[in-house]
Amino acid sequence: MNKNAIVVNNLSKQFGQFKAVDDISFEVAKGEIFGFLGANGAGKTTAMKMLCGLSMPTSGQASVAGFDVYKENESIKKNIGYMSQKFSLYEDLTVRENIKFYAGIYGIAPQKIKDKTNQLLQQLVLEKEADMLVSQLPLGWKQKLAFSVAIFHEPQIVFLDEPTGGVDPITRREFWNLIYDAAAIGITIFVTTHYMDEAEYCNRVSIMVDGKIEALDSPGNLKKTFNAKSMDEVFLHLARKAKRIE
Amino acid sequence: MSPLRYILEKEFKQIFRNPAILKVIFIMPVIQLIMLPMAADYEIKNINIAVIDRDHSAVSNQLVQKITASNYFKLVSYDNDFDAAMESIENDKADLILEIPKNFEVNLYNEKESKLFLAVNAINGVKANLGAAYLTNIVQAYNADFRIETLTPGRFTEMPIIEISSSNWYNPKMNYKIFMVPGILVLLITIVGMNLSSINIVREKEMGTIEQINVTPIKKAHFILGKLIPFWVIGIVVISVGFLIAWLVYGIIPLGSYFTLYVFAAIYLMVILGIGLLISSYSENQQQAMLVTFFIMMIFVLMGGLYTSIDSMPIWARWFTRLNPISYFIEVMRMVVLKGSRINDIAPQLLIMVIYAIFINTWAVLSYHKRS
Repeated sequence: MNKNAIVVNNLSKQFGQFKAVDDISFEVAKGEIFGFLGANGAGKTTAMKMLCGLSMPTSGQASVAGFDVYKENESIKKNIGYMSQKFSLYEDLTVRENIKFYAGIYGIAPQKIKDKTNQLLQQLVLEKEADMLVSQLPLGWKQKLAFSVAIFHEPQIVFLDEPTGGVDPITRREFWNLIYDAAAIGITIFVTTHYMDEAEYCNRVSIMVDGKIEALDSPGNLKKTFNAKSMDEVFLHLARKAKRIE
Repeated sequence: MSPLRYILEKEFKQIFRNPAILKVIFIMPVIQLIMLPMAADYEIKNINIAVIDRDHSAVSNQLVQKITASNYFKLVSYDNDFDAAMESIENDKADLILEIPKNFEVNLYNEKESKLFLAVNAINGVKANLGAAYLTNIVQAYNADFRIETLTPGRFTEMPIIEISSSNWYNPKMNYKIFMVPGILVLLITIVGMNLSSINIVREKEMGTIEQINVTPIKKAHFILGKLIPFWVIGIVVISVGFLIAWLVYGIIPLGSYFTLYVFAAIYLMVILGIGLLISSYSENQQQAMLVTFFIMMIFVLMGGLYTSIDSMPIWARWFTRLNPISYFIEVMRMVVLKGSRINDIAPQLLIMVIYAIFINTWAVLSYHKRS
């Protein structure tokens, strides 16, 4: 059908007088790794929440996985994965129990959950820790686990909200390997980040400033357009225009 | 398999992994059920009485002896000075002053009439009222004895004596424990149930896991049921422990059937847990939820008919207690435990609880928004 996983037209979200997201439009192709950049308070998380069906848009249209965000938000939820800024696995459950719980509420068959859990634990080298409480794992491992849980039900699109915040460079690299693996099996990746080196890993990036999308292109093209050596420069050039104070 | 099963599995694991919750569920109710009925006693004992005896006669002596022999009164001063007695009231040492006037005995024999003066310290209203009533009883009894002793029957019976003898139905010995224990059990399962459920959803909000739940295709009713059922099971367990203690410690066995009590408790718990979940879904954090729960609990408990009689409340308050689930359960508890009421006797209360449960839980499901 449509080759786009996400289509957004003039989407806005207003809280009282404050326009958190101000008339944004973009498309994300299926299988793409789409970087969603912006300074703190630029409106990234709000925009992402609207697409995930966690927040009701004020105006504009958007469809995710072919479903309308207004009317078909529960259908969207079956087809997406989401990893929020806040760590969201249960600390008082073990690794295995967390996987089982989330897989279970997506309606995956018990036998499949079992098989896939073992496979996943092997892949993440977490077999020894499988029956440990999640609270005992180091942050980097938790993040990798949270990502794996978010894509356990094989969604079409996964939304990642600053997934590598506070994580060391080695783990960040490993995390991105997981993202590439997911993209390789056809999952569309929608990711926000503050690390400009990570922006370079994306197929295309958009940069949000004060609720608006100021630039959208591949990292290479953006650098050319703004005559910059790195994504860092591109970002600083655009984000400095921001009037919003956090 | 239904997603509900996975939610229940997770909730139970979390509950049993939290040592604080287990203590709240089991140890606290046991301690409270053993401690509270012993202390929360309706009978007033140790009323401090100051006697001013200006007569110092055989009769006045006898009267004072009767009073002190009753076990209700403690003689704190025996004097013939009113000011000294008044001072003991001011110092809170005495609750009552009984003044026996001069010539009490003489008047009683000659005039067939004599007066006593009673002053009551009404700072502790309950104690003062009951004290005055007890004392009046003792004096009346003494009066009757006096007549029999001194007057020849038939000749001088100027006044007929009317005596009221009462028998206490359903609780013949007026054992207040039979009356209090079932009521305290109701309070306990209410407090445990409402507290646990009210901090539950809000805890997920604080940890951020609610957002992860909200991006799944989970059904709202499944989510709420997943929260409700574990606490319902715990509530039933707590009430069973309570029945056991009532039997082992107080020897209380309901005259009616346990089945009737469990049927009512099952529906009642749905109401209480629903209120808890409702509080939880409107609260931002655990402190808020606990504060609101505490406020509601206090009104429910104090206006539930355990500590004060609903019938003696003003009309508006009586209307208000009709919204109070505790008042229904306490009523039903007493009916079944003391009177042996059957399920069709409690049908009206049961019906109200069913409607209440449906209303509250529908509201709880509707108030939970997956999208803001």
